[in-house]
Amino acid sequence: MGADTAVAPPHESAGAPLGKAPAPGRQRRRRDDRRAAWLFLAPALVGFALFYAYPTVRGVYYSLTDYNLLSTPGFVGADNYRRLIGDEQFWNALKVTGYYVVLNIGSQTVLALLLATLMHRLTRSVALRAMLLVPWLVPNVTVGLVWMWLLDANLGLVNHVLNALGLGTTGFFTSPDWAMPTVAAVNTWAYTGYTALLLYAGMLQVPQYLYESAALDGAGEWRMFTRITLPLLRPVLALVLVVSLIGSFQIFDTIAVTTKGGPVSATRVIYFYIYEQAFNYFHMGYASAVAVVLAVILGVLTAVQIRLLRASRSDLA
Amino acid sequence: MTRIRTKVSPGRIAAWTVLVIALFVTVFPFYWMVRTALTPAADLYTDSTGLVPDHPTMINFLRVLGLTSQEEAQAAGGSGAHVDFLRYLLNSVVYSGLIAALQTLFCAMAGYAFARLRFPGRDAVFGVLIAALMVPPIFTVLPNFVLVKNLGWLNTFTGMVAPSVLMTPFAVFFLRQFFLSIPRDVEEAAVLDGVGAWGIFWRVVMPMSRGPLITIGLTTTVWAWKDYLWPLLTGREEQTRVLTVALGIFQQQSPNTQPDWTGLMAGSALSVLPVLVLLIVLGRRLVESLNFTGMK
Repeated sequence: MGADTAVAPPHESAGAPLGKAPAPGRQRRRRDDRRAAWLFLAPALVGFALFYAYPTVRGVYYSLTDYNLLSTPGFVGADNYRRLIGDEQFWNALKVTGYYVVLNIGSQTVLALLLATLMHRLTRSVALRAMLLVPWLVPNVTVGLVWMWLLDANLGLVNHVLNALGLGTTGFFTSPDWAMPTVAAVNTWAYTGYTALLLYAGMLQVPQYLYESAALDGAGEWRMFTRITLPLLRPVLALVLVVSLIGSFQIFDTIAVTTKGGPVSATRVIYFYIYEQAFNYFHMGYASAVAVVLAVILGVLTAVQIRLLRASRSDLA
Repeated sequence: MTRIRTKVSPGRIAAWTVLVIALFVTVFPFYWMVRTALTPAADLYTDSTGLVPDHPTMINFLRVLGLTSQEEAQAAGGSGAHVDFLRYLLNSVVYSGLIAALQTLFCAMAGYAFARLRFPGRDAVFGVLIAALMVPPIFTVLPNFVLVKNLGWLNTFTGMVAPSVLMTPFAVFFLRQFFLSIPRDVEEAAVLDGVGAWGIFWRVVMPMSRGPLITIGLTTTVWAWKDYLWPLLTGREEQTRVLTVALGIFQQQSPNTQPDWTGLMAGSALSVLPVLVLLIVLGRRLVESLNFTGMK
């Protein structure tokens, strides 16, 4: 992988001493390390400086300006943040995002747990797992379009079926009440298989003999699930939960393709709001201020994630 | 055999039923996508429930691939705007291929330096790099867009891949973690043979790390393949338009009040096809990768 992109230079330290005198050899190697290390790090450090560190500083600076992408940014202090406090659309975006996160994470986690348990207790089939992974592999744009078509008010298959069952038709993406649950359901469809596989992998770590002895003791499946699987899965489950939580705060593609924040702001999530402010209205300064708020929220969640990451690693090691 | 038989209980049947339903719900929308792509646009109002189209046709695929004349495309329900999904498909392959190959290489180099080479300030530099995991993408997207625009890189592959081609904190973290687990003895022998750091990395460590490298390469490919916002901002023009962006634009070019569903589903099918090939060729690997990274 990537072999064609770099040509190996001749050995840099070809003259390294052979084992005869270990002490000087070590010292020599340490000195070589320093030069080699910075060469190894050069691409990553340039990338980090240019596209992570610099934009982070820049983003905070923009949030204190009235930048509109065309003229030079003018410093306005905390104006954007003051405006943000009185901005109903911003609070609505937070509320709508929260609603989505709860709906999506709730349904996705419960379904994924069910699926993972069923797989764990029934089959090890790789083909089955691969099939469950397909919706995750597909771009969210495609997922959005396919479901827009399936749920179309006039010609969509789902409404045809509902009609045939005498339940009437629903404009899923166009009804203010239905739009957000529909988006949440679509993304649950897209990510449940993936989440289930992560949980399944966690379940494989649970020693099999626990189930065997529980079965000998006459424990039923439900008892095994609540007394063995769930407690032992907790670190993995917590990690998966936080990762999906952070992910679902950043929902954008599906909204951009299906509802575009509508109807009447029912699905104008925070990510989409930032996008609109920056690239539709050219309020780059204001968009940056909203992004700072989102960054703080996600930063806290990520800190939790990193803690869990460390915790779960030491658990399994 | 008898042991298996005793296991056939109502509970097991119910469990299998749920699993099969889940599979059906997972796969059926893709079937319906292809089915619609094979339906003539004119039939959409009369023939939208049968499992197989009444008059199957390839015209929708041909017209979104830009293989028909404009009149033919319009007659088949197109907007008359120029579309060439073959081009977008290729752009997507270039975009995700470049990012996956280069990012994997550069992050492996960095991960190796952090795991194995001794230099002053190593832990501090690593800490700062990993702290970037805390910054959500949308936050850097805004200034990165300005930067790429000011560099004159809009609508070039350079601008599109620039932010992700050199590093992502996660890949560095992940690969470093793996390199730490390689026993030092393996390198000692190479050191005694007078091989330098680059030689050890390239000829000893990289070949030993095929699993994790493929894992990172694959997840990065999938991530780049699905990417929408960044290419939407930096690569809207024909020559750099990737599939996801093309689908979004195509959706808005509908000739009637109804979207051009048959064309859209043909385009959507094209965006699934390469991923499906990847899954068929590397299915086991991909599934195992997932167990491995867990958090991307």
